[in-house]
Amino acid sequence: MVELSSPAQTGPSLWRRLRKLPLLPIVVLLTVFIIPAFFAEWIALHDPYVPNLRARLQPPVGFGGTWEYPLGTDRLGRDIYSRIVHGAWYVLAVSMIGIAVGVVIGTTLGLIAGYVRGWFDGLVMRLVDISLALPAMLLALALAAAIGASFLSVVIVVGFALWAYFARQVRAEVLLLRNADFVARSMVAGSSHTRILFRHILPNVTNTIVVLATLQVGIAIMLDASLSFLGIGIPRPTPTWGLLVSDGRDFIATDWWIAFFPGLAIMLTVLSVNMIGDWLRDTLDPRLRQV
Amino acid sequence: MNSSETGALLEVKNLKVEVTTKAGSFFPVNDHSFSVQAGETLGIVGESGSGKSMTAMSLMRLLPKHAAKICGGSVKLDGRELLSLSEKEMRQVRGADISMILQDPQTSLNPAFTVGNQISEALKLHGTGPRKTLRERTIDALRRVKVAAPEHRIDNYPGEMSGGMRQRVVGAIAISCRPKVIIADEPTTSLDVTVQAQYLRLLKELQEETGMAILFITHDFGIVANLCHRVIVMYSGRIVESGPVAKIFANPAHPYTEALIAAVPSLHGQQGRLTTIPGQPPAPTDKITGCPFAPRCAYADDRCRAEAPPTIAADPSGDHTTSCWRAVEA
Repeated sequence: MVELSSPAQTGPSLWRRLRKLPLLPIVVLLTVFIIPAFFAEWIALHDPYVPNLRARLQPPVGFGGTWEYPLGTDRLGRDIYSRIVHGAWYVLAVSMIGIAVGVVIGTTLGLIAGYVRGWFDGLVMRLVDISLALPAMLLALALAAAIGASFLSVVIVVGFALWAYFARQVRAEVLLLRNADFVARSMVAGSSHTRILFRHILPNVTNTIVVLATLQVGIAIMLDASLSFLGIGIPRPTPTWGLLVSDGRDFIATDWWIAFFPGLAIMLTVLSVNMIGDWLRDTLDPRLRQV
Repeated sequence: MNSSETGALLEVKNLKVEVTTKAGSFFPVNDHSFSVQAGETLGIVGESGSGKSMTAMSLMRLLPKHAAKICGGSVKLDGRELLSLSEKEMRQVRGADISMILQDPQTSLNPAFTVGNQISEALKLHGTGPRKTLRERTIDALRRVKVAAPEHRIDNYPGEMSGGMRQRVVGAIAISCRPKVIIADEPTTSLDVTVQAQYLRLLKELQEETGMAILFITHDFGIVANLCHRVIVMYSGRIVESGPVAKIFANPAHPYTEALIAAVPSLHGQQGRLTTIPGQPPAPTDKITGCPFAPRCAYADDRCRAEAPPTIAADPSGDHTTSCWRAVEA
């Protein structure tokens, strides 16, 4: 018997893939979002809740302000910088937990619907249609009226706004994968349906889920900010970023910095998360990895 | 047929599969009876759509649930009726007693796992074997299919292997639990010719080593001559001829078999156009009266078109049968 050749080289090394890391978005995300979220107590300059009427409406550094209040103060004299830094934690928690809710519900329903087909598939897909047609704001208003606006209601709104995207995407991939030869091969070896679904199909959709979840972080943050802006998000005095923008709305013509810096934080965070998501998609795409 | 033969490892009797589509229902496996002994290779030959793969999948009881169902017959493995087993019992049979090698090695391995992982999955599903670590048994399985440096290969992903190598891995999975019967559904079709020859030799060696029976599904009479002991020829869901390979090559009793053998290109024969069989096989949903091959048959007469031929012995020994009116007359 002719022996086949010795082991081939494995694909591009981990190091070469890591070198293509999108460094700028990562640095921006860390400074604007992650570090503030976890270390707010240490890096904030002032208490974000305590008004200081003697320091009302201070402009930021470079526009006549001092380093005491680097990004200026709001109409109660609270430090904008400290409020943004303290708000990061809530933004992070809401988007992460909300997406986790969406991922778990959406992936589970999508997996089962795509695999068993039949009436269950029809039911799930109609729910997806309804969920995509229902404005998240309407759901948020209804929830705020029913159980009151709270951290929980915001998480529910984010989760329910996003699960349908996961369900639809996962189902579509499962429809392809269930007919894959490796599924048939595993059936031939005596695998059960549960085993096929969780051992063979789920690992092949995790890349998709990770990429989609990353890209959804931006949507979740925007949604959270919109809810807070409309006053149906996490209630005052918690300084979520949407609330900070909302606070500055009436002063935008004269004291622009109150709304500008929280808005800038939202924009930089969402932009860098999306860029990282794009990079992840390119990196994890199995079609690119197989080459 | 050899239905009365004793000692058959796998015995199929009057197996019938019905497929229901919007265009009507039909029988891709129509009244099949055949048997395989331990250590024997049975070739199943026919063109696309003749029901070869359907036969294989119905033996595994893995027909697509909504469209196809087994509506009659019996499949006995070692005397045990497979068609009456529960789904759970059948899962224990799959992989452990009957196993299968699929056509395309490019897609029959899961790209998300290493090959070692996928071989050990099969080993774990049927938790038998020597008390060695799973990894050693996995390496053994790779070694048995003659993969060089199996202790390194075990950590490769399918994407890092060539087609021939992957098909060996698929083979390693199929034989890992030492099944009694292995169904190979055109396992070499997507491999290039030299790799194909190596793979067939490997199958032969494994069979000598383990005494397993092989059902080899192919459309290539060249492979049949090389590998199989006996062969059944299928046309339009029916077995039209069956018997030992030597007899069928020397003395094909059915005009379809004759035409298939004539279509095998020869190195020594005359150059020029390849021989073909005129016409097309009938669409599966067509209502057929008479012999299904009659419209393409050079010898067909009015009786062939009117009345289906019975299955009869083509020679006195009884191990060579055909269903053709010409054999009845002879």
